[in-house]
Amino acid sequence: MLSSGLTLIFSMMGVLNFAHASFYMVGAYAAYTLTGVIGFTASLVVSPLLVGALGALFERTALRRVHKFGHVPELLITFGLSYVVGEVVALVWGRSPLTFDPPLWLQGPAFTIVQSAVRGLSVVAGAAPAELCSGVGDACTRFPMTRAFMALVALGMLASLWLLLTRTRIGLVIQAALTHPEMAEALGHNVPRVFMLVFGSGCALAGLAGVIGGVTFVTEPNMANIGPIIFAVIVIGGMGSLSGAFVGSLVVGLLQTLPLTVDANGVDVFRHLGLAIGPDSPLFPLLRIKLSETAQILPYLMLVLILIFRPKGLLGTRES
Amino acid sequence: MHHTSENQPNFHFKPWNVGRILIWGLYALVLLVAPLLWTSSFAQTMLSQMGIAIIVCLAYNILLGQGGMLSFGHAVYSGLGSFLAIHALNKVGAGSLGLPVSLVPLVGGLGGLLFAALLGYVSTKKAGTTFAMITLGVSELVWSMSLMLPEFFGGEGGVSANRVVGEKVLGISFGPQIQVYYLIAIYCFICTAAMFALTRTPLGRILNAVRDNPERVEFIGYSTRRVRYLAFMISGFFAGISGGLAAVNFEIVTAEVVGAARSGAYLLFVFLGGATFFFGPILGAVLMVIALVLLSELTKAWLLYLGLVFLLMVMYAPGGLASLLMMNLRLAAFGKLRRLWVAYLALGGIGLAALTGVAAMIEMLYHMQLNAALGPQLKFMGAQLNTHGVDSWAGAIFLTLTGAALFELTRRHFQAQWGEIQEDIEKEIKRREAIST
Repeated sequence: MLSSGLTLIFSMMGVLNFAHASFYMVGAYAAYTLTGVIGFTASLVVSPLLVGALGALFERTALRRVHKFGHVPELLITFGLSYVVGEVVALVWGRSPLTFDPPLWLQGPAFTIVQSAVRGLSVVAGAAPAELCSGVGDACTRFPMTRAFMALVALGMLASLWLLLTRTRIGLVIQAALTHPEMAEALGHNVPRVFMLVFGSGCALAGLAGVIGGVTFVTEPNMANIGPIIFAVIVIGGMGSLSGAFVGSLVVGLLQTLPLTVDANGVDVFRHLGLAIGPDSPLFPLLRIKLSETAQILPYLMLVLILIFRPKGLLGTRES
Repeated sequence: MHHTSENQPNFHFKPWNVGRILIWGLYALVLLVAPLLWTSSFAQTMLSQMGIAIIVCLAYNILLGQGGMLSFGHAVYSGLGSFLAIHALNKVGAGSLGLPVSLVPLVGGLGGLLFAALLGYVSTKKAGTTFAMITLGVSELVWSMSLMLPEFFGGEGGVSANRVVGEKVLGISFGPQIQVYYLIAIYCFICTAAMFALTRTPLGRILNAVRDNPERVEFIGYSTRRVRYLAFMISGFFAGISGGLAAVNFEIVTAEVVGAARSGAYLLFVFLGGATFFFGPILGAVLMVIALVLLSELTKAWLLYLGLVFLLMVMYAPGGLASLLMMNLRLAAFGKLRRLWVAYLALGGIGLAALTGVAAMIEMLYHMQLNAALGPQLKFMGAQLNTHGVDSWAGAIFLTLTGAALFELTRRHFQAQWGEIQEDIEKEIKRREAIST
């Protein structure tokens, strides 16, 4: 869910931003520091703005300069930035994970699914009373508040972005500036500024995702490693498509989590078919891998397959 | 440039290209003499690594510089070549494969070619940004696979081998590092020559055309995709050779050789060296080994410096070091370099001062972050800095700000002068053309 929010603007920008995950990380770290000063709720607003300002500054000083050279230098400069940001973050905040705890109102479960032997399935808001879970044959599944909050923010972000881009004048100008820059320029819009603002807001969204990701997961210098998976999300969903980013994130999320529940491997499949497979059979090492172990590579496999068979992505509008 | 006009008799006389022979001779000489000048075993290890890096960087540049393909996963081909080579080496050691050790890198090359043929078929379907993303995806795929297949990749510990195996050929056992160095040097020279020759073939030329204007290439009847695919395979082959040499050199291959960090390093240094010129990646490769081995010893912040240098390079000198060098060579050829040396001195001196200020601050920050237990004092370029003292910080900030301001002033002056000289050179070229026709 998180990457859906993260990718939205990103896929609109037309510039592949390798440093996007870095902005995500900066968002988390900035929020960590600001929480100590102005509290979490305020930093939830301030640190995305801060990250957005940084992003706009980068666009203004560096990215704009190489824009005329074409796509490759654009990619390269964001790639270089990701190195620098990673090091600067490690420099300022250290290399070990920080304890960035969610505020009180985000701690604890959002709701609990109670599976009772007597009353069947039911859902209780907040933490379920202990007596409901302790009975024989009872089981409680707690859904953490942070995740619920994350889903809520992601959906809110998606909805407002969609409204902004498709239903308002600002969205019209942005779309025009991205697809027909000369024409938009001729109509009197300041295209470079539009680019700067779009890039800035993309980074701000990454920062917002970072704040929430920071409290939900860990805040550490390695958290920028989600970069490649975001690419997978965008490509699978389709570049330049908001709904595609949403679908892509769902697909990738499912691909990453569903195989974890299956504990079978290729050997079992052949055994079902009546073929005996031993350690001496050809390709045994490949067949031995459990499906649950492949969860790591499935998004990338999907990425490559999508690029071969449907380069537009699932819901894409633009080709490459 | 020679202009042959119609009325001249159809008679070709091809003089020896003295310049080219001189350059290649020098290159061979450097490869030959380098280990005799730096005789310590550390230097020889570094020289060996440089040779390996030169091959892989040149191979990468077939894609980046000559084909305009930005690959984020080139370590896959050199890395897989490495693994195949080390398995071959183990087989030779076990006696089940009768192959002299000197040919083991070729196994790596063939492995690289094989995987490039397999994975490149997918990657080269698209160009531009999509190509970059596919290579990224493929690289992540192979990286994840490397953890899943411990039989082939050796898990965390990697695969190790012994290179002193098999029959001795001409008394060479590859035990001492110097013998391995010369093996690498020979491969390096042959590969460099082969890759240079490639740029002169129709394939190499059409590859440049694919980079510059794919539509026209399609128009004249070539499949841009097939050209990219061929280039990709050739690049994979040479990358595999360098991987095989690395396997022989280190006698151990771990899964990190296929990792994204390695691919990133190739990209970074080929670009820093200069992708637009053939010899740029050679500079980049030498820089890469120096940076990875020496710089990381010297300072903890080396990755930060590297990133900053890269950013500045992309912004101000997209041609890399090689293009800076060639621009100044052009000035020298027209005898204008003398006019600039004062400006260069000023720029260099002031820039160095500003950099010293920045570096002092970075070093102090790193010191506070990592070595706080050792006390607030640190040595930086012979000076004692105190991370808690106001004077050190104020000094560093003052140095940086004044340096940056002065640098900007000199840079403007320099830029004006540079433009003037370039105009003069253009005029001179026009004049010479007018005389020669």
